[in-house]
Amino acid sequence: MQALSIRSLAKTYDNGVQALKGIDLDVREGDFFALLGPNGAGKTTAIGIVTSLVTKTSGSVSVFGHDIDRKLELAKSCIGLVPQEVNFNMFEKVFTIVVNQAGFYGIPRPLARERTEKYLRQLQLWEKRDAIARSLSGGMKRRLMIARALVHEPRLLILDEPTAGVDIEIRRSMWEFLRGINAKGTTIILTTHYLEEAENLCRNIAIIDRGRIIEHDSIANVIRKLHQETFVLNFRDAVDRLPELPGFAPRQVDGHTMEVEVSKEQSLNEIFARLSAAGIEVVSMRNKVNRLEELFMRLVEGGTAAQPAGESKT
Amino acid sequence: MNASGAQVQENPRSGARVRWVGYQTIVRREFGRIVRIWGQTVVPPAVTASLYFIIFGSLIGRRIGQMDGFDYMQYIAPGLIMMSVITNSFGNVVSSFFGAKFGKHLEELLVSPLPNWLIVLGYVTGGIMRGLLVGTLVTVVALLFTSLPVAHPLLIVASVILTSVVFALGGFFNAIFAKNFEQISWFPTFVLAPLTYLGGVFYSVSLLPGWAERISYANPILYMVNAFRYGFLGTSDVDVTLAIGITMAAAAIMFAIVVTLMNRGTGIRE
Repeated sequence: MQALSIRSLAKTYDNGVQALKGIDLDVREGDFFALLGPNGAGKTTAIGIVTSLVTKTSGSVSVFGHDIDRKLELAKSCIGLVPQEVNFNMFEKVFTIVVNQAGFYGIPRPLARERTEKYLRQLQLWEKRDAIARSLSGGMKRRLMIARALVHEPRLLILDEPTAGVDIEIRRSMWEFLRGINAKGTTIILTTHYLEEAENLCRNIAIIDRGRIIEHDSIANVIRKLHQETFVLNFRDAVDRLPELPGFAPRQVDGHTMEVEVSKEQSLNEIFARLSAAGIEVVSMRNKVNRLEELFMRLVEGGTAAQPAGESKT
Repeated sequence: MNASGAQVQENPRSGARVRWVGYQTIVRREFGRIVRIWGQTVVPPAVTASLYFIIFGSLIGRRIGQMDGFDYMQYIAPGLIMMSVITNSFGNVVSSFFGAKFGKHLEELLVSPLPNWLIVLGYVTGGIMRGLLVGTLVTVVALLFTSLPVAHPLLIVASVILTSVVFALGGFFNAIFAKNFEQISWFPTFVLAPLTYLGGVFYSVSLLPGWAERISYANPILYMVNAFRYGFLGTSDVDVTLAIGITMAAAAIMFAIVVTLMNRGTGIRE
């Protein structure tokens, strides 16, 4: 079953800006899905329409088969939203914010209290339950929004840049938490600027740019589409001059480091063989840039030339 | 952080039970807000009412003598109670709803499965609660200065609730269109206050010159104040049945307008 199905979704704001130009998107139940795009690409508008915070101009959206034009209440009851900006009442207590949100989804007070405790504990906010929300740190505020989005145990959790502005440690613990939630069956859609986040967490991806979906596939397939990757090799001992590497254009960064671009048709074995023959020992190797980021930049830079995914999708 | 415990995948919730719990939650939150900021919501109206009773009732009232057969203090007491109900019902909804819009926590409700009419109803109930709370407090203050007969208790209850519904909806209407805090004080200052002061709170319109009396009959607050006064004193400048009818019609029309605006997303959705 599709957790989310979007067809020909378009949005033109009152000021004439066309934020979405007829996008199609499918997210399967149980998926961990990334929606990527530069600022102003249309990600937040798309999420806003799905969650009914933004009115669409045309097209259709259904959530677990519930069309938002005909069965909006049912569709909304399936969704939990963690928005980009903090949007709780800063003057309310942490516990009150979460327990009230459960109430807005029709969860009776005793169960709402149980659930609030459960999610505040899971997100390490239980000790802060009586704190006024504005007194929380940035990371705590993010976690509070996740607890609030989960309290009605939605089938689809949408996170709009949930780790923006939080430190590495908290970000990684959030990733673990989200993996756990997804493993238990919750479909997750994530927008993020941290492409590493998408590559680490998500199975499928859509890249949106200037209101169009320019890529929509599994992360594995998307990465396979990369024609060339740049590898950085570190040597044990300093090397004065690199050996000949026919077919490659290596660049010596310093005595211990070399960069080389390798296309899909080429093999790294050839490089290792020649380096080994020259008595150079490689101690480590890494990608120069995040692979997804590389693809992302290529797609977005060629955005106007790129075909919409709806036309070229496999 | 760990996602322990079984993740429940329940069927979507909707229907009357969800709506009832959702409505209770909005009302509970609104009541919590009134209590949390009691220094802004409850105390100032009581202080203002006390000053009115001291200045207009006790000091100036003695020189005025009787009006419609009652002491001036007794005559203005229902009007002053109603004035506080009007301003507080309006003020509660306009500040709470606009605050939620401004602070973006209105989105908590907008993403939920609650229908717009229920959200309106929840906020209006909050406005009624504050109106009645302050109205009761002002009544207690009034009783410190004068005695109040009760001629028609049901009419008192009906007129005060209907009036607070109308002005709570008025506050909602104002908050929908307001884009900044200045715009939520504009209507109470330039429309609500003049209409209230000229709505027969302090005098009987029969004392006015003919043209001014005729203009006064176009003021809806005149009908509300007089229906309420009739409930206490049994005297009114207007037909009480007409007054209740006008108030009920105003409440129904305002509710329809506000829900339509919400459904269109005016002022709340992009």
